[in-house]
Order: sequence, then C-alpha cells, then structure tokens
Amino acid sequence: MLKIFLAFVRKETFHILRDTRTLVILFGMPIALVLIFGYTISNEFKGASIAIVDEARDALSAELIAHLTASGHFELVAQPPDMAGMEKAFQTGEVKLGIVIPAGFEQSFFREKRAAVQLLADATEPNYATTLTNYATQMITAFQQEQGRVEVLPYQVGVHIQMLYNPTLVGAYNFIPGVVALILMLICAMMTSLTIAREKETGTMDLLLVSPLSPMVILLGKVTPYVVLSFVNAVIVFLLGYLVFDVPVRGSIVLLLVLCLLYLMVALGLGVLISTLAATQQTAMMTSLFTLLMPTMILSGFIFPIASMPTALQYAAHIIPAKYFIEIEKNIMLKGAGWEAVQFSSLVLVAMMLFLFAAAWRNFKVVYD
Amino acid sequence: MTAASQQPAITATGLTKKFGDFTAVDAITFSVAQGEVFGFLGANGAGKTTAIKMLIGLSHPTAGSATVAGFDIATQREQVKENIGYMSQKFSLYEDLSVLQNINFYGGIYGLSRRQIKDKSAEIIERLQLEAHATKVVGSLPLGWKQRLAFAVAGVHDPQIIFMDEPTGGVDPVTRRRFWEMIYAAAEVGTTIFVTTHYMDEAEYCNRISIMVAGKIAALGSPRQLKDDYEAASMDEVFLKLVRD
Repeated sequence: MLKIFLAFVRKETFHILRDTRTLVILFGMPIALVLIFGYTISNEFKGASIAIVDEARDALSAELIAHLTASGHFELVAQPPDMAGMEKAFQTGEVKLGIVIPAGFEQSFFREKRAAVQLLADATEPNYATTLTNYATQMITAFQQEQGRVEVLPYQVGVHIQMLYNPTLVGAYNFIPGVVALILMLICAMMTSLTIAREKETGTMDLLLVSPLSPMVILLGKVTPYVVLSFVNAVIVFLLGYLVFDVPVRGSIVLLLVLCLLYLMVALGLGVLISTLAATQQTAMMTSLFTLLMPTMILSGFIFPIASMPTALQYAAHIIPAKYFIEIEKNIMLKGAGWEAVQFSSLVLVAMMLFLFAAAWRNFKVVYD
Repeated sequence: MTAASQQPAITATGLTKKFGDFTAVDAITFSVAQGEVFGFLGANGAGKTTAIKMLIGLSHPTAGSATVAGFDIATQREQVKENIGYMSQKFSLYEDLSVLQNINFYGGIYGLSRRQIKDKSAEIIERLQLEAHATKVVGSLPLGWKQRLAFAVAGVHDPQIIFMDEPTGGVDPVTRRRFWEMIYAAAEVGTTIFVTTHYMDEAEYCNRISIMVAGKIAALGSPRQLKDDYEAASMDEVFLKLVRD
C-alpha cells in the first residue's frame, strides 16, 4: 500500500515540476505578496503634504509651524492666505492635512490660557486622514506642553500610552500572519481542488477509480505533495517576515508549525470538497477564488478589523478558518503565548477539519450515479 | 482447455440502468467468451458507455446482474477491478508526463514490482517502437501513438479483460488498422477484449458484435452471421436496417 502511495506521490510531483510556470507562481507569489504588503500597507508616513493658514502671524504661530515641519513627517507645501485657498489646495489633492491658526493665537495662549487650532483632513482616504490628525494632535500637544511648561497646572491627569507587543506599531506584525493565512489557503485549497478537477476533466480520474486503488489512497496521494509545498511556503514567509521585516516568533516555533499544519488540513479539506463539487478546473478555480480568497481577505481580520464590522459580518467571520489561524499566529509570534492561549482557536480548527473531511469524503464519488 | 477457461469472461443478465424516467440501458443479456474480441456497437446515446461503466464498476445497475472475470459486479467489485484494464474515450494518459513516467505510474498503482515495471516498460516501448520518444511527454505524440500507448498501459498489469470505450476516435482508417493489430495480438494470448465503437469498419474486425438501439440489444452475432440474417452487404447496411425498424 505504501509503495502504491509513493508511486502516486511521485507522479504528482512530476506534474508539479513539469509545470514551471505554476511553480514560479507558487513560490514567487508568497514572496511578492510579502514584499508588496510590506512596503505599501503601512501606517507610518513621511513627508505628508500639509497647508497652513496662519491668521495669527505672530511669534508663537511661527514657532508652532517650525515645530510641525521640523519632524520631517510633515512637509509644508502651501500657505494659502485664507480658507478659500485652503479648499482649493484640498481639491487639487495637493495637500492631505490643513492647519488653521486663528488670529491672536499667541495672545489667547498666554493671556486667556486657551487657544484653538483647527485641523482639516482629506477624509476621502479615511485611514490616512485619521493617522495624520492623530499625529498632528500629538505634536501640537507636545508643543503646548513645551511652551507652557512654566505654568504649573493645579491638577493634571497624565495619560501614558503603551502599545503592547508592537510598541512601534510596525505594520508587518499584522500582515505577515495575514499573508501566511492567505497563501496557505490559496495554495493548499486552490491547488488541491484544481489538481483533482484536472483528473476529472482529462478522464484520468475514471482510470484511477477503475483501478484497485482505494479512494483514500487516491486522495492522499494527490494532496500530499501540495501539503508539503504549502508548508515550505509558510516557512519561507515566516523567514521573510523575520529577516526583512523583523517580525519575531516569541513563542514556541514547534507549536506554531504544528498549528500551521492543522490549518493546512482545513484548507485541504476545503480544496477536496470544492473539487468534489466542480467538474472542471475552471469551475474549481472560480469557486476557490470566490469562496476562499475573498472571505479570507475581507472577513479574517487581516485587512479590516473584525471588531468594527457590522454584527452580521462579525458572525460570518466566525466561520472563516483564517480568522482563527491569524489569532493563533499573533498569539504565538507576537505575544509569545503558549498552548493555553491558542487552545480554543485550535479546537475550532480541529472541528472544522473533521467536518470538512467528512463532507469531502461523503461527496467524493467513487461510483457515478 | 481446462474447465475453468470455459467459464465466460463476461455475463450480463437483464442489466438495466435508469436515470429517473429515462432508461439508458434496458435489460440487456449477453455473454462474452474468454479470448473473444467483442464489439459493442450503437449510435451515440444508445447506452454503450452506460453499459460499460456498469461492467467496470463506475456505475451501479438499477436492476439485473453481471459477472466480470467470474466475479459479481455488485458484490465483488475489488476482485473485478484487479482483473480488468480500462481505456476511456479520452485515452486517459497524463499528457504532461513522459511515456515512461506514465507506464511507471500505472504499473505502480497496480502494485507491480520495480523489476516488473522495468520489464513491462521495455516491452511496451519496443512493441510500439517508441524508443526515441520514451522520455518525451505524451502530449507531443501523434494521436494514433497515444491511443496505442493507452491500450498498452491499460494492459500493463496483464488483466484478463480489457474494456475500451470508443478507443479510436479521431484517427484515420490506416491508424485504426494498426491499433486493431495490437488488439488481435492481445486476444491471441487469451485477453478478452470488450470494445465499444460506432465505426462499422471496426465492427468487421470483431469476433462477435452486439448492436444497441435505444438501450436494448437489437442484434447479436458474428459479423458474417448478422450480414446473412439481414441480407446486407456490409455492417453499415445491417446497422441502418436495424435503426430504421
């Protein structure tokens, strides 16, 4: 039985190796995805274009402007004389953040001990707008403390913020786990469904079914090479994350890899299930893309936080395997957590795996009727 | 000949397949002797493929029974599978694998030893004169060669019976003739051949043929016998007479 299984695995490996184009995609895609996400999705920014309407034109407003532009995060590209000029700058897309310093700024600040500054942000890009206003607010607060340090306030609530597990808010800490979840789902489930659908399409599946091979050996023989391939890919992405973007694995690497295999099994179950329902490679491909890729991207919490989704979608997110795997990855990699912290998510994945295996097995037609 | 070899290779008794209200195969009864080349003729949609799928275990009969190599297709499927080879309409080789890789794989799944596979590969390659193409991918071979290779692969484990579903589609009569020479060679050493076709010139090559019309066996006998019975000069004529009735 083992010999027959190995003959099957060997043949499947030949298929994979023969198809160099697919091979390049299989190994190139994860690397490309990591680099693209790594260098584009980022909350850090430099040289954001701002405009300042300085209605005060006094010493303090000049100091504030100098303070804001000194950091290098903001680049002052326009100083329109009035609000109309500011609006124009926003419309052309020239500036993303506007700051209005009202007349009598210095006087209000020192005499009345209160001064207002208005921030305007281009919210057609909501995330960027939020990031910019947050950052500007922080800088203005710091400026105020610097200028007013001689004043001793009678009461004060000091807020100290500490960002746990990712103190410098590195984007890679979020996307490396996400990319691993996405790639494993894509390669393992999609390739499995494609490879089985291909045998059906070319008629070779009939020959396999007519042979004395048990259906279990047919399925295992077909999927094993893809499990190995996906696992290698996962390791490549983890390594890239570690070497290029300094994403650590603070917890147990063994536990991480074991649970990685568990997630692969879930993906595999999905792939086989899809292939039992799809008669052609094209159907298998489309079904995989729409039922796996999109939900994994959108509902897993990889790109959009689950907590800010509408209730219905939050429930939908609970059936997305990637959601649990990303939680597991983050717990182990970033928080250095052990088995207790990932127990629940792992058990959910085990349940999903068993369910999918059972469904796929029931649907795998040994006899057509 | 021993008594065992007198046992028919295939028997079918009232074999029926229904898909809902449609009866694809309607209570067919026949038997095929060992070493016989049995042609299963009929127009497209007459029920040939459905019948062959029941015999090789890809489809469950709705009623009736059948034995293949002496084993019941309903209760002894594993034994049936070990004793048959199958070549489908799509000739079922992996086009992206080489000739040798295909032979190795099919030998492997039938549990042949490394030694046996090696001998078989050498024999097949020599018989088909594929020496120069052994390591080339099957997709690069001409259709006629692919079909002959598929036939050789279907017999890689020396099965008692080889089932073929329209094996020679899309090739010219000369290439078909060469294919049939291989079939005769296999029958010569005792392999039973069960072949479906809609080429009437192929029907002439068979020892016996059955002609299916609308799920039923309308005629069964040797080509000569059928031509006499229907007072026809060729199998084509026999067939047309049957279909018109």
